[in-house]
Amino acid sequence: MRVVRPYGDTLDDGKVQLSFTLPVPDGAKGREAARKLVLSWGFKDCEVTHSHPLSADFSFYVAYGKTEASIDYDSVVADEAESDGSMDMDGVNAFIREHIGRKVVIVGACTGFDAHTVGIDAIMNMKGYNHHYGLERYPMVEAYNLGAQVPNEKLIEFAAKVKADAILVSQVVTQKDVHLRNLAELVELLEARGERRKYVLVAGGPRIGNKLAVELGYDVGFGKGSYADHVASFVVRKMVERQRS
Amino acid sequence: MQNKLHLSAERVAYARRLAEKIAEPVARFIDGHSSMTVERATLRLAGADGANPDGVPVPNLVVDQVRAADPSFLEDGVLLRYVNALVKSGSTVAELNAKIAAGFDVSSLPLGERAAIERKAAELVDRAAERIRGNRERREAKRSEWAGKNNDPLLYLIVATGNIYEDVKQATAAAEQGADVIAVIRTTAQSLLDYVPYGATTEGFGGTYATQENFRIMRAALDEVAERQKRYILLTNYASGLCMPEIAAMGALERLDMMLNDSMYGILFRDINMYRTFVDQKFSRMINAYAGIIINTGEDNYLTTSDAYEKAYTVLASQLLNERFGFQAGLPPKLLGLGHAFEMDPTIRNGFLYELAQAQMAREIFPEHPLKYMPPTKFMSGDIFKGLAMNTMFNFVSKATNQGIHLLGMLTEAIHTPFMMDRFLAVDNAKYVMNNMEGFADDVEFKKGGVVMTRAREVLDQTIAFLEEVGGMGLFDAIERGLFAEVKRPKDGGKGLEGLIKKGPTYWNPFEERLERELGISGAKGGN
Repeated sequence: MRVVRPYGDTLDDGKVQLSFTLPVPDGAKGREAARKLVLSWGFKDCEVTHSHPLSADFSFYVAYGKTEASIDYDSVVADEAESDGSMDMDGVNAFIREHIGRKVVIVGACTGFDAHTVGIDAIMNMKGYNHHYGLERYPMVEAYNLGAQVPNEKLIEFAAKVKADAILVSQVVTQKDVHLRNLAELVELLEARGERRKYVLVAGGPRIGNKLAVELGYDVGFGKGSYADHVASFVVRKMVERQRS
Repeated sequence: MQNKLHLSAERVAYARRLAEKIAEPVARFIDGHSSMTVERATLRLAGADGANPDGVPVPNLVVDQVRAADPSFLEDGVLLRYVNALVKSGSTVAELNAKIAAGFDVSSLPLGERAAIERKAAELVDRAAERIRGNRERREAKRSEWAGKNNDPLLYLIVATGNIYEDVKQATAAAEQGADVIAVIRTTAQSLLDYVPYGATTEGFGGTYATQENFRIMRAALDEVAERQKRYILLTNYASGLCMPEIAAMGALERLDMMLNDSMYGILFRDINMYRTFVDQKFSRMINAYAGIIINTGEDNYLTTSDAYEKAYTVLASQLLNERFGFQAGLPPKLLGLGHAFEMDPTIRNGFLYELAQAQMAREIFPEHPLKYMPPTKFMSGDIFKGLAMNTMFNFVSKATNQGIHLLGMLTEAIHTPFMMDRFLAVDNAKYVMNNMEGFADDVEFKKGGVVMTRAREVLDQTIAFLEEVGGMGLFDAIERGLFAEVKRPKDGGKGLEGLIKKGPTYWNPFEERLERELGISGAKGGN
């Protein structure tokens, strides 16, 4: 058992930085409201260090609170361990040559109405992102990036046409949880066609964690800070695991 | 504007000639063609508006009726049949619109006397021209009444709630916090709709539908804030996608002040057919030019999809092409808000100097243009503190190089649509930086042969080499082969090709003729 609290400048001081907006005018009353609000969240003490009007009826606050809440660090189980133990590009290619013996076909797209290809591009484009090359650069991967606003049906048709091993779905900007419906629909369509097990199914996006993706019927989900090598490592290992089972 | 980079004037002039040579064959193609949305934009300028009970807009109904009656009718221009119906029925424009929305087919009437149709059309053209001119004069009057009250560069903020009434609240707060320009971002995928929805809307994904009624609602709200603040608030929307000219027409009628409007964005980043896009962009730009609307071009997109350091030359190349296509459509430099962006990897050593070089180069090559500078987005992360620092650097470069339109970066860019306080922090940061270094651009020069000067010369050289390559094969082939934005777009691929119309020998569009005359551009005679 290892108990931890937020660390300001002394062990266990429990210091937390906060900023928020209230729909009230700026002033002494607003600041007191902000302070009491912070205390109501369980903080033992609170200092409102800054306030500023945003408009006649809105105001902005910066506050510091002190919490006594703690967590037993040893009891924590992480949701995403995807980046731990993944191979780099050369490792993935070597793994494919040794265990699969042919090019792995990966199809990716932003589905539904999502027009933001930044996520799928970061994983697939030759250039990659943040010094992690994209899948198009992998000699043992045949990568197809279908771009934005791809209907789920089209994605499935295309995957069948190129005999894909894995399908990557990116959902970046979403409103009113439309990304969840899109993601779920793809799984339903695949299951209806009896093709779900044909593919390693990967979901990605800033609001998509592994837990959520698995709940929706995907093999894995990649959130922030994931790169092509993480995705590729998972895909090829999963393929081999399925071959063996 | 002083010349700080000592770029060769001959080289810059040569780059412009290359762009001109590239755009020239495209212009010939454009002038022989119209499109469904050009025809619908013409109808909108004539007053066609409203929608049937299924939500199909009247301009779409008319074009579809005429095409269904005989596809070759559209080669004459759709206006002929619409005005014929006005003359024959003796209805007002509003009455005819209502009839069409209720199922009346304008193509069911035989064509009447040509002179009567032309007289009626001339009346409609005058009415639209008067309204648009009135909007332009109102804007100019207000901007001169409140001259000096706007920030320099103009501070540009985006609202995007999906609900126009909620947008009004956010836009009002943003203007009160100091924004000069409010852009209402469109709902995701509107660019791929081949019609413009009708009426006020309260549901959208990642943005709000561009409709004429939504334009009107936001315009009225911003005018109110402007009167309170004694500062003109510019309204921006997106004349892009499959309905470029229709949105331009709506914006001209409702006094929008800026439009995102790029000559190639739709082709490269939305997979819209290239022929269709080139035809659409010209008519949309003619309308923008006449309405005094500043266009914002989309060069930032080249940098979010490719590496901003390596592909910097694609930005300058695109700016030169956008300028040339703009000139072809009658846009003067002061309405050409050419785009670029602060998108280099923040870990690059001297990245700040390279950004400075790029921005200063754009300033010097396009001295009268209100350059539109876009903030970091690609390397923004969940680390809002780092994000705020990056935005500060961006603000610095913008002021140091006298940019015209400054889209404020959000510290929560990579996390969620902006909170009200995020916008405040962005305005606050920009005002701090820009006030603190007001005289910097005037006071500071660059070292001869230093990093900044060398970089600018290199990018200009790369741009020229690139434009030579494009010119050698022609723009259509260059796009097909993937020279732009690392994406290949087949000539007959993409969306909207079926909506392209070859102008017949008797193509008639008095709105286009009027715009050409007023803008002093040559033009679009059909029948070749």
